[in-house]
Amino acid sequence: MKSLRYLIPLLIFAALLALMLKGLGQDPKEVPSPLVGKPAPAFTAQQLHVPEKQFSASDLKGNVWMLNVWASWCFSCRAEHELVTRMAREHGITVVGLNYKDEPADAKAWLRQFGNPYVTSVMDQAGDIGIEYGVYGVPESFIIDKSGVIRRKVIGPINDSPDEKPQNSVEQLLAFMSKLETE
Amino acid sequence: MYRLAYQLPLLLLVLLSAPLYAVFETYTFETPEQERIYKKLTEELRCLVCQNQNIAGSNAELAQDLRKKAYEQVKQGKSENEVKTWMVDRYGDFVLYSPPVKGTTMFLWAGPLIFLLIAFVVLWRIGRARRKQTSETQPVDEHSLEQARHMLENKES
Repeated sequence: MKSLRYLIPLLIFAALLALMLKGLGQDPKEVPSPLVGKPAPAFTAQQLHVPEKQFSASDLKGNVWMLNVWASWCFSCRAEHELVTRMAREHGITVVGLNYKDEPADAKAWLRQFGNPYVTSVMDQAGDIGIEYGVYGVPESFIIDKSGVIRRKVIGPINDSPDEKPQNSVEQLLAFMSKLETE
Repeated sequence: MYRLAYQLPLLLLVLLSAPLYAVFETYTFETPEQERIYKKLTEELRCLVCQNQNIAGSNAELAQDLRKKAYEQVKQGKSENEVKTWMVDRYGDFVLYSPPVKGTTMFLWAGPLIFLLIAFVVLWRIGRARRKQTSETQPVDEHSLEQARHMLENKES
């Protein structure tokens, strides 16, 4: 019994080490969103290409869709854009763009240059819709189910590389969305 | 004397400037109470882009926006807690500099106390073991003392 007592500090050390190792694996820049599992905040906003027409989040009820927050000034949006385009064109994903704190002219030029995968892009020049969705960096994406509930938040660019965050990979997102389709 | 006259104001400058936060906008309030709530909020809410700053001390765009939201709500007469809840609903507990006491944060709050308690228990046990050892020491009898003295004295030979 006495000899086992000397193991106690070792055990405490091991537990602490495990805790710290787990912490190392986490990205402190990634703040978990309280909105996952909650209804997507309602918004009605002007569309980028047809400002006289409004878009509401509720317009897509009954569909599984992705809200992709982007801006022409955002460098990593350019990196993920190709993948967002692939999701929309090859896999038929409904993607709505939230054009965050951007100039409409810049945004339109950007889409002309890099292609437009969005069903529509809505303008959020003041960033108010962004705040409703808890956006704190661009790009961010939200996956919304048929009943209008946010099921997943993608922080940072979507990727297709095994070296990067698997939770942001195209494959995972596509698999997740096709699962939501069957619900 | 000259050196002191030179250094003292410098020291005062450094000491006095430390607690000041940069103020980026000048918001006007209807009551001093509203201003107090706004100041407290901006000091306790975290800037999510520049994570180790509060929104009072950051000029990041998101911090500006959140300050504006806080201001608008305070001006509408919302309480400190209402504004905090509004922020937490969108950004999660992380937006608060001091996390709320609840299940997942229990260890965070109780941790230091637990470690302090462990330290006290360990200290107490060590102390007890020492006392026990001291009280167990047998008084040396005269015969052994004589023997020891004899051995010391004959060391040189």
